[in-house]
Amino acid sequence: MGTLGISRRGSPHELSPLLARRIAVATAVVVVGFLFMAARLWYLQVAQGEALRSLSEHNRIRLRRVPAQRGIIYDRNGVVLAENRPSFDVLLVPEDAGDVGGVLARLGRFLGDGLASGELSQQQRGRAPYQGMVVREDIAWSGVVGIETHQLELPGVTLEVTPRRLYPFGTLAAHLLGYVGEVTPRDLENRDDLRMGDLIGKAGVERRLDHELRGVPGREQIEVDAVGRRVRVLDEEPDLPGYNLVLTIERDVQAAAEEALADNRGAIVALDPNSGEVLALASRPSFDPNVFATRITAEKWRDLVGGPSRPLTNRATQGQYPPGSTFKIVIGTAALEERVVGEPICCGGGLFFGRRFYRCWRKGGHGCLHFHMGLVQSCDVFFYEAGSRLGVDTIAAYARRYGLGRPTGLDIEPEEAGLIPDSEWKQRRFGERWYAGETLSVAIGQGYVLTTPLQMASVMATVANGGTRYRPFVVKRVEGPGGSITEFAPEVAGKLDVRPATLSSLRAALVDVVEDEHGTGRRAQIPGVEVAGKTGTAQAAGAGVAQGGEHGAPERLRDHAWFVAYAPAAAATIAVAVLVENAGHHGGTVAAPMARLVIERHLARGLVDDTAQQTAYRTD
Amino acid sequence: MIRLNRQLIAQIDWFLPALTFALCAFGLATVYSSTYEPAHGVDPLVVRQLTWFGVGIAGMVAALTIDYRTLERFAYVAYGLAALVLILVLVVGVVGGGARRWLRIGALTVQPSEPMKIVLIIVLARCLSRVRSTHGGLDLTNLAIPLALTAVPAAAILLQPDLGTVGILAVVFTSMAFAAGARLTPFVTVFAAALASGPLLWTYLKPYQQQRIVTFFNPERDPLGAGYHIIQSRIAVGSGQFWGRGFLQGTQNQLDFLPEQHTDFIFSVFAEEWGFVGATLLLLLYLALLLRGFVIARRARDTFGSLLCLGILAMIFWQVALNVGMTTGLLPVVGIPLPFFSYGGSSLASLLVGIGLLMNVHMRRFTFSPGAF
Repeated sequence: MGTLGISRRGSPHELSPLLARRIAVATAVVVVGFLFMAARLWYLQVAQGEALRSLSEHNRIRLRRVPAQRGIIYDRNGVVLAENRPSFDVLLVPEDAGDVGGVLARLGRFLGDGLASGELSQQQRGRAPYQGMVVREDIAWSGVVGIETHQLELPGVTLEVTPRRLYPFGTLAAHLLGYVGEVTPRDLENRDDLRMGDLIGKAGVERRLDHELRGVPGREQIEVDAVGRRVRVLDEEPDLPGYNLVLTIERDVQAAAEEALADNRGAIVALDPNSGEVLALASRPSFDPNVFATRITAEKWRDLVGGPSRPLTNRATQGQYPPGSTFKIVIGTAALEERVVGEPICCGGGLFFGRRFYRCWRKGGHGCLHFHMGLVQSCDVFFYEAGSRLGVDTIAAYARRYGLGRPTGLDIEPEEAGLIPDSEWKQRRFGERWYAGETLSVAIGQGYVLTTPLQMASVMATVANGGTRYRPFVVKRVEGPGGSITEFAPEVAGKLDVRPATLSSLRAALVDVVEDEHGTGRRAQIPGVEVAGKTGTAQAAGAGVAQGGEHGAPERLRDHAWFVAYAPAAAATIAVAVLVENAGHHGGTVAAPMARLVIERHLARGLVDDTAQQTAYRTD
Repeated sequence: MIRLNRQLIAQIDWFLPALTFALCAFGLATVYSSTYEPAHGVDPLVVRQLTWFGVGIAGMVAALTIDYRTLERFAYVAYGLAALVLILVLVVGVVGGGARRWLRIGALTVQPSEPMKIVLIIVLARCLSRVRSTHGGLDLTNLAIPLALTAVPAAAILLQPDLGTVGILAVVFTSMAFAAGARLTPFVTVFAAALASGPLLWTYLKPYQQQRIVTFFNPERDPLGAGYHIIQSRIAVGSGQFWGRGFLQGTQNQLDFLPEQHTDFIFSVFAEEWGFVGATLLLLLYLALLLRGFVIARRARDTFGSLLCLGILAMIFWQVALNVGMTTGLLPVVGIPLPFFSYGGSSLASLLVGIGLLMNVHMRRFTFSPGAF
């Protein structure tokens, strides 16, 4: 064994005799094992082959997967927002039908339309024998009756009942509820619990709580007759129905919000300021989620996703708009807390800053105003001055304390963050320092500032409850089978942390925005109820000052209208944000009446649950 | 250490990978068939299995490149890591089909008990090859450590629970101990001890785990489960007759009479489509692979290499035998995948690594470690 590396071929080292012997035994065991297996195969496939083949061809026992009943979704008062209905699909097994053309022709009579065998050819290809083909999905009740009563004329035809999702109110809360659809190959990645053809939530609550809603499919062992029709159920393992959900939504308030928006593009969000519960979340234009429950044509899909109106977009959470004058709430908080607006500020219809003239929305000017009237009349000059005294970084700090500039953490997706600029951001984004003139734009909620309607509703809720920022949520309760209940508790996302005097001055001014004769939000007045609010008119992106953004401008350049509010002012039970895209009018004109409608509907109904009690021991 | 010189490459056994790839190709085609639905395209499972095949090839090459005696040196380190991962599975594992068996790593879902099989074989080979045997062969004291080494992962896998894999670990241990020269008395003793410790272990299990194990051994408790499946699987195999029904033409498969078509019952799908001719050919492929393996084990340059080969061969053989026995109705239903065939990436990749190790032992049967002279 003197050679290096590789030795002479043919004589490797000596294996121990015992090991060599045992390898021989093992080899023998393996060979015998394989002979045994081959013998078993011979017995099954050759000796008994004929018998078993005929058993397989007349296999009367079939195992079916029974889709689970998807959980029902209720509003906070138990009104059903999403449920299931049976849908009847027509299946044809050509082997059982014999004369396929004839059967299809007869079938056409009951379905009320012509059926060509050609349209089945695609399914026909690659189909295993005795596998049913879907002739029609979701047929009308008259068709079901016709087929059931004429079974003898329709050999090979069976009806299959599958549950389909039903949204009884159609477009109501569509963005929030979402919709269901068949799984795609991508959904199936790394999922053992899903099969092709299963339905899963694709958006909104349906998607976010899909796992809870879906349940576990059952299995059914059925005996079928010679033409493939079910004779009886031999055994079954019932499906586990999905969990039911109770949302925080109040159906009536939601409906009011959608009626208020009518044909406008925009969004309305209503929150319970004492918990963060979402009372309504509306986005227009909307869509009917029932459309997705049946097979959807490519054309219909394009209509839904395409076009400038983008109905699938949830404008309440995904729409990012300059907040306009509603941002003065943030500036006001900062200015009061930092004590930069002690003396009156005088408005002559605008302000020279650097080499530019910054206009106030009222050409004639407001005269000299204290903070209170400055906010009530939404004087731009007052806030230019306040903003420039604060500086952009202080403004940004307060905006973040209101939760702006990042997602609110709503329990359904998707949600946008908005944008709160500061000098560091400008440096990072554009590699440029912050110019003082830009602070003036920020002070009136223009420039780079972007917020979502949901964020602005949360700002109002925070002001309303005395400075606590709750994480907004839409799922109040998950009810499992057997009465197990998971309740979602309010979650504090942050505190505003300002002096009580700051908040009380701010709140007094917000009340007078609506109640004072000079207020910009008078159209939100409700007799007998004190409403606090703030109007806003925001320039659409791309619209220059020259166009003015008034009604005459091209539609996409017209101003957005905002109105944010809470009521009753002293102990609020609702905070609302209304945004109307390209309204071309002031927020006080277009958006304030919408907010009023929503608040009225809410107060008329009165909250049924415990929210009212919580209001009683608010600290504010 | 990792140098692959021309002399070594010349020693590569091409017979083994050729057989392996043939098996994998049939397997992939059958996974395709068993997940086939006319209305949809290629099932994502097929794509995933193909991806894992690629991963396995990489593992195979890696297992071939590193001198297997290096593996011997790091056997315990690898064993410790694999055991930790198994415990991790029990804590943060992904649940599927009522058991917690998988770990999610990024986009991948891995079943750590599969690589554990290979690691255990390496550790057992090292341990058993160093036992100083008395004249009559190994006795119980010689086997205590190897047995403990097997028991730890077996216990962790039992808790998932995955009785099939525990069974495979047990027969692999037994086979390797036998090959290493164990006397027959220890086997009987160990078997008796296992029987005795069963009730004790039982009391430590949670009620739902006990329930699962009861159902496992007594399928009638699950009327829609195992009993029905046995019958349908037998019908599927038999209806293939001599020539088979043809690719994608098996009604038992396509009409979903078969349970777990793409995993544990994939042999039934194959037997239905390809008949006695195909099924026998498939068995011959496995047999050829195993016989080639025994030749390699016989020629290995050291006892460790030989035992390493035998462990891998035992794993493959028992999985084939138990799986075919189960699908043809000879054995009760226990979830054991068919090697190279069943859907399951971790299993496929681990098996390919195993083949790489066999090739490794073969390739280095003439080489000596630097310490040998």
